[in-house]
Amino acid sequence: MSTLTTSPAPPLPADGLPISSPQRTLTVALAGNPNAGKTTLFNALTGLRQRVANYPGVTVERKEGFWSLSPDAPPARLIDLPGLYSLDAASLDEQIARDVLTGRASSHTPAPDCVVVAVDATNLARNLYLVTQLLEIGRPLVIALTMFDLAARQQDTELDVAELEEALGVPVVPVVTTQRCGLDALAAAVWRAAQEGASPGAGWRLSARAEEEIASLARGGRGEADESNARLCSLAGARYAAMIELYAEELPQDAERRASVEGARSRLAAADPRWWQEPVLARYDWIEQVAARAVRAKRGAAAERERTPTERIDRVATHKILGPLVLLLVMLVVFQAIFSWAQLPMDLIDHGFGSLGDVVRASMPAGLLTDLIVDGVIAGVGGVLVFLPQILLLFLFISLLEDSGYMARAAFIMDRLMRGVGLHGKAFMPLLSSFACAIPGIMATRTIENPKDRLATILIAPFMSCSARLPVYTLMIAAFFTGRKVFGVVSVGVLIIMSMYLLGIVVAVAVAWVLKHTILKSPPPPLVLELPPYRMPSFANVVQTIYQRASMFVRRAGTVILAISILLWALVTFPRAGAPAQGDGERVQPSANAREAETVQPAAGASNVAESAGAQTSGDKGEQIRNSFAGRLGRLIEPAIRPLGFDWQMGIGLIASFAARETLVSTLSIVYNVDDGGEQSGSLIEAVRNARRPDGRPAWTPLVAVSMMVFFVLACQCMSTVAVVKRETNSWRWPLFMVSYMLALAYVASLVTFQGGRLLGFS
Amino acid sequence: MSFNFQRKIAQPVAPHAPAPAAVGDETCLNCLPHGVGARVVGVSGDGSIARRLMEMGVVPGARVRVIKAAPLGDPLEIRVRSYHLALRRSEAEAITVVAGD
Ligand SMILES: Nc1nc2c(ncn2[C@@H]2O[C@H](COP(=O)(O)OP(=O)(O)O)[C@@H](O)[C@H]2O)c(=O)[nH]1
Repeated sequence: MSTLTTSPAPPLPADGLPISSPQRTLTVALAGNPNAGKTTLFNALTGLRQRVANYPGVTVERKEGFWSLSPDAPPARLIDLPGLYSLDAASLDEQIARDVLTGRASSHTPAPDCVVVAVDATNLARNLYLVTQLLEIGRPLVIALTMFDLAARQQDTELDVAELEEALGVPVVPVVTTQRCGLDALAAAVWRAAQEGASPGAGWRLSARAEEEIASLARGGRGEADESNARLCSLAGARYAAMIELYAEELPQDAERRASVEGARSRLAAADPRWWQEPVLARYDWIEQVAARAVRAKRGAAAERERTPTERIDRVATHKILGPLVLLLVMLVVFQAIFSWAQLPMDLIDHGFGSLGDVVRASMPAGLLTDLIVDGVIAGVGGVLVFLPQILLLFLFISLLEDSGYMARAAFIMDRLMRGVGLHGKAFMPLLSSFACAIPGIMATRTIENPKDRLATILIAPFMSCSARLPVYTLMIAAFFTGRKVFGVVSVGVLIIMSMYLLGIVVAVAVAWVLKHTILKSPPPPLVLELPPYRMPSFANVVQTIYQRASMFVRRAGTVILAISILLWALVTFPRAGAPAQGDGERVQPSANAREAETVQPAAGASNVAESAGAQTSGDKGEQIRNSFAGRLGRLIEPAIRPLGFDWQMGIGLIASFAARETLVSTLSIVYNVDDGGEQSGSLIEAVRNARRPDGRPAWTPLVAVSMMVFFVLACQCMSTVAVVKRETNSWRWPLFMVSYMLALAYVASLVTFQGGRLLGFS
Repeated sequence: MSFNFQRKIAQPVAPHAPAPAAVGDETCLNCLPHGVGARVVGVSGDGSIARRLMEMGVVPGARVRVIKAAPLGDPLEIRVRSYHLALRRSEAEAITVVAGD
């Protein structure tokens, strides 16, 4: 059985490369349990010298940075592995971590010269489990004992670092990452370990029967053709490879190999039905022996533990009645921030780009190129950046909630409800975020481990009414429902907006249920969720997280939105009708006028996209639009959208709004010839109210407005969302599926609304 | 293809576990009154969940205590190996414990 062997296993050969050559760039992998302080450590070690990418072909994020270990050598590559409790299970994260650690992933990541594992000093036993597995792999290992400040303050126990080092056989460096203490010592220890290239190996053995099976599997014929296996053997030792094969949940691909593994398993199972538990139990046995040496009960410590601060906070935060109230309060604050605090910077950005456009237009010769730069490029970039304040704020809150440990409590409270529709408690926060913007919401689904649950969450996230729908709702309400009250007090407008939010939620729940019972069928996801102690988030860490997320958003979604804006600009501009326009012709701002909401919110004051309207008359503009590609498209789809109550002008708006929802407002102002200069607050509303069909009937009625809003609740009209879903799922299949099923739902719901409304006598 | 026929077998008392004081006291974690200390006897149930629980430290011999249930009655918050873990009642059912330290 498991024994604490004192003689270390011989060091394993390291990768065949000359390790002493001072110029070689070392590769260091950073592992650790979730909540062990790994992210903070990674950020502290690499600063801003880091890169975020995906592992090839999968959606697991890969962070990499540079870390100076020694003044005489180039900085080492530090690879941040996913946060893990174990290396054994079949989850994607664990597989990738195992591949990187054993050098199997060497096509993109060389085998690490040294592995640093963040071990939470306040939670030693469970954190050491991962360490036991890393010891088995046999790479040089250094332990960064994080949260050492918190451990030192613990009343009941005392940690003896020297003894721990001795018992584990690897260097242990206590660090307080948040105060940057111990980082130099860590670098020195890693440098030394990488030079020596030695590992003590695993300090325990399994039962004689299991060891025999492993040994015979390790000896067993391994085709040299199976290159990855051969690599695994040479690096981590045949014993380790055989052990993984024997205890993994899946069987090897190779038929011959599979037969021998199956044989070994059934022999072990015959002797002991719980044979598969043996490695786990052996590791924990060993951990207990290590802990017995290194952790001492403090003398005079009270027999009964005092309540920790975390337990005191949780008496409120997860209390039967107070808990949900606190959660509600947290949500309120987040929403308040996203909707009102973000307003000022958003206006500033919008005005900034507006003025930039004006300056460029004034200083460049009039013509197509100027139009392209102003209406396409500047407007397009502005249209993306205008959402940045909301996204920054949202990520500020998400990272505060996550780092402090509250996010796990939210999942704990909401799990029961979420499970009702087959989702995981962890889906709650991403969905909540989606009320601000689906993009960060979808990015936040990464915490959900089961790919099917994650996908289901991604697919319903866009139903949450995001801030980009608000301009549309506001315009419709302002045009048709202002001043009306129900029972004399409740404004109809507010009721309608609330129903729109509700509609999105109800449909999301229904779709989630359907998805989880059909194409994404999987057993109800287990919830094994750590509730970490509450911790003060580190400022530097929060800033860095926000910075990474924001730059990712700007880079990736930005490129797509930019391309689409230019395309839309072209669609409304070509073919040119009649004489080439002078000055500012059709001023189309596909996604730029995100803040066009101002147009319909008199309180927001005059928007500064003001510019002297050019020489063209409104009539020319209208004609140009009608004959442009966009106008033709609008008329082309008119038969399809007429049953929903829409005409071709709205059709242009719909088409344009597939790039970004709020584009509807700016497109409508172009289509209806609303001059976008001057005090236009009321003008678009007036134009919408006065728009007529060829037969003289009003184009818009309250019913059409409601139908339009319903369409906007359900349709996935957001290029950035599509781009992010593509990125997160690594295929076009899911984004296309999402766009089409949401479009179908939106169409049907709009049809039912409009036709049903007419039957009921509304107009 | 997948191999889990053996893992479904419920078996208390693992070879490494100290023998429980009184076998009659065995109960499942789900049935344990809140706040009462207990020791794990065994984990049964579906392979991957049982394995995950054990890897998180819920192994025979470990001390556990149910802290509270979530506001809607499920999941449970338990304390094991000096940290806190949330798990559903259905998962807690698979954990056999014996009350007392
Ligand atoms: N007191 C203290 N807090 C820390 C230390 N390292 C990290 N933290 C905090 O612990 C929390 C979790 O850290 P994080 O790096 O996000 O953990 P991860 O899940 O392993 O990436 C954050 O609030 C950090 O600010 C440390 O050495 N001392």
